Amino acid sequence: ERGHGPYQPHEPGYGLYQPGYGPYDDQIPDPKSRMLAIQNAKAYLLKSSTTSGLNLYDHLANMLTKILDEQPTNAVDIIENISKDVKWARFQKKMDTLRDEHEILPTFEAAEKRKALFLKANGEGDEELEEEIGETPLPNVMETAFYFEQAGIGLSKDESYHIFLALKKLISVQPIQTCRFWGKILGLEMNYIIAEVQYHEGEEEEETEEEEVTEEGGKGEGEVEDEEEEKEKEDEPPKSTYKPPPVIPKEENGTGANKYVYFVCNEPGKPWVKLPPVTPAQIVCARKIKKFFTGRLDAPVVSFPPFPGNEANYLRAQIARISAGTQISPIGFYQFAEEEDEEEEVDGGRDTYEENPDFQPLSVAEMVDSLSTWVHNVQSILKQGRCVWLNPLQKTDEEEENEEEEKAEEPDELPQELQQEIGPPLLTPLSEDEGIQNIPAWTAQPSTNLIPQYAVAVLQSNRWPGAYAFASGKKFDNIYFGWGHKYSPENHAPALPPPVQAEYPSGPEITETRDPTVEEELAFKAAREEALATAEEEEEEDEESAEEDEEDDD
Amino acid sequence: MEASSLPAALELVSGGGAGLSPEKRAVLGSSLLLLQRDYRFERVWFWGCIQGVCGAYYIAEGLGPDRAAPRSRLYSLNCVEWNLLPPVTEEMVTQAGRLKGRFQGDPSFEYEYTERNAEDAERLFEDGKEPMIKEEARLVATIEQIDRAVGIIPRGAFVKTPLGSVSENRNFEGLSLMEAKRLSSYFHFTEPVNLKNKTLLEKADLDPSTDFLDSLEHDIPQGSWTVQLEKGGTVVVLRSLLWLGLTFYHVPMTKQYGYVYFGNGEKNLDLPFML
Repeated sequence: ERGHGPYQPHEPGYGLYQPGYGPYDDQIPDPKSRMLAIQNAKAYLLKSSTTSGLNLYDHLANMLTKILDEQPTNAVDIIENISKDVKWARFQKKMDTLRDEHEILPTFEAAEKRKALFLKANGEGDEELEEEIGETPLPNVMETAFYFEQAGIGLSKDESYHIFLALKKLISVQPIQTCRFWGKILGLEMNYIIAEVQYHEGEEEEETEEEEVTEEGGKGEGEVEDEEEEKEKEDEPPKSTYKPPPVIPKEENGTGANKYVYFVCNEPGKPWVKLPPVTPAQIVCARKIKKFFTGRLDAPVVSFPPFPGNEANYLRAQIARISAGTQISPIGFYQFAEEEDEEEEVDGGRDTYEENPDFQPLSVAEMVDSLSTWVHNVQSILKQGRCVWLNPLQKTDEEEENEEEEKAEEPDELPQELQQEIGPPLLTPLSEDEGIQNIPAWTAQPSTNLIPQYAVAVLQSNRWPGAYAFASGKKFDNIYFGWGHKYSPENHAPALPPPVQAEYPSGPEITETRDPTVEEELAFKAAREEALATAEEEEEEDEESAEEDEEDDD
Repeated sequence: MEASSLPAALELVSGGGAGLSPEKRAVLGSSLLLLQRDYRFERVWFWGCIQGVCGAYYIAEGLGPDRAAPRSRLYSLNCVEWNLLPPVTEEMVTQAGRLKGRFQGDPSFEYEYTERNAEDAERLFEDGKEPMIKEEARLVATIEQIDRAVGIIPRGAFVKTPLGSVSENRNFEGLSLMEAKRLSSYFHFTEPVNLKNKTLLEKADLDPSTDFLDSLEHDIPQGSWTVQLEKGGTVVVLRSLLWLGLTFYHVPMTKQYGYVYFGNGEKNLDLPFML
């Protein structure tokens, strides 16, 4: 039904809104009729809609109120949107008799965890307070963050403070002697926050014993299998002659690449997880692959060459490589401890250092100008994957006893002697670092050129983008923020699979010979016939002589 | 990111470890305003910083009334004095795409590049030009490539008027948390390529005023964006894996969003191996 215009002259609503055209206008103007018209119009506007329960009058009133309250510019352009917003707001309150369950956003849980960092644990008494004020392994994360911020590097202050508190929690749980915020590695789903710690001496022995037990068990089983196979040699298909290259043992906890123990967490507030120690095989493989971290420590690393481990191991291997390549300190800060018996220097060189009490810091300008004022303070990792070279062919006493049986088989199969690998010794200056193509390995800059008195010397690594170091007076530190990969100007070329192994040693008995040609066959046939002919003649002579002999006997 | 929201935005983007020193932050507040005055821009965006070997380039972009028009780009070595970069041409982009290695940090540095194609080399020699590219050209071509490939905005943040020009949507109140976690709620802020390939069914659902750009969900390779919630789930941060260093942030249910680039200026061509 038609509830709105345009009204035709014969319809009752016609002329209500047009002055001078009302049906009764030519009569004496009745003020009441004007009022009646207005009331009719208002009654129409107040009619509630059958579908939504709203009426136009209230809606227009709300809309105009909203516009007049907010006074947006160019309101006429967005009037439809404002109308929609007003309707939407009304709907929420009126229509639902059910109350919405208060939505529990995941953000609330995360906020709970972060708040938990700020609460003091219940069991703390006065004694512990005194301990904390004294020597504490907790590093001053905020101070380090301040210096790095001068160079434009670092996380927001909020996040730094959360990490600070998370480290404090870590220290209260584990027996830690030194602790340092190593850095943050970004991942696909989640990121890693990494802390580098050193345990008190003697705290870690339980784990190493377990690992040794499993290794010995493995060896025993291998020997038994070999004996059985020797007995059944005749019946079995050819045994594989593949001897995998000897496994290079990992370095002891506390030395070399495993000098520090690393803890990671995804976000401050989440529990810290300890990363397993790194093995040389993992480092060697990590050098060949380039994969993003997902953020879950148990994720598999799918790659070629197949990585021996999961993401936790890959992360640990990358941390070891980054530390070995980019942990630096100003020259003179660390010095070698003076040892009485220096004759026992093993091939690996010195691996311990101590702080130099007479350290005189150099000025910032000197630290920035030349790279020889900085030194590496972490041992570099050799090609083998360890910091101290180990000859895998040297057999320990146990192995020599067990292999007396197999000695007969082995003398021909020893590979060539491996050459000892030597890396740069500890505390070498950075000027020895080789650059990539024509880019130096490090870029040094002062944090500000405007205020040189209080500038901080900042170094960025070009080989490991994301590794930074700063020095200011006696303070210095290293940090890493990045994705965890080395820089290479060439594209990554994955390793090709090794050539197919030869199944049988090639020799004359199994090599195919060419089929003889027709001439050769004919010549061969002719030669054979000649030989046969001469053989027959000889036989006939023999028979004749035999018959003669027989006759003679009679 | 908008110059006016620079301090807050830098806090939200700092999850990757890269940021600006207090000195740069302080001077950018004023120097970007002066840029707006001198060049009569309507909006000034702080685009980010490209690290060279010896120095860094700080980049700013200026936008006119049509936000989708080609932008003017400026660079500075110290955030105080800004120089306008030449407008980018397709030839510059292809030439710069062949260069490898880091930026040097010196705008007048000239790269010599070896021609793989003998025909191209002959052609160039005929013209009398030597095959050298200046670092400025490489810089602007890289910025253009990054903007084209990974410059993103949330859906609904910009509207296209019937006249064809693009402006900010004043009714944009932010994406909800669920929408913000999906890649389809973000668009590339550049000429759309895939829009016409959509089926009619999909096109029927689109709103031509807000859905006039390509969304991120069909980016190749899949997984080249990481979506994370940071700061306890209050900020959605998207990081590009194709151009490492590009970070986009958005606080759901608010109007805060923006992207910034802190990196080397090199494309990550190893991406398919790394995923």
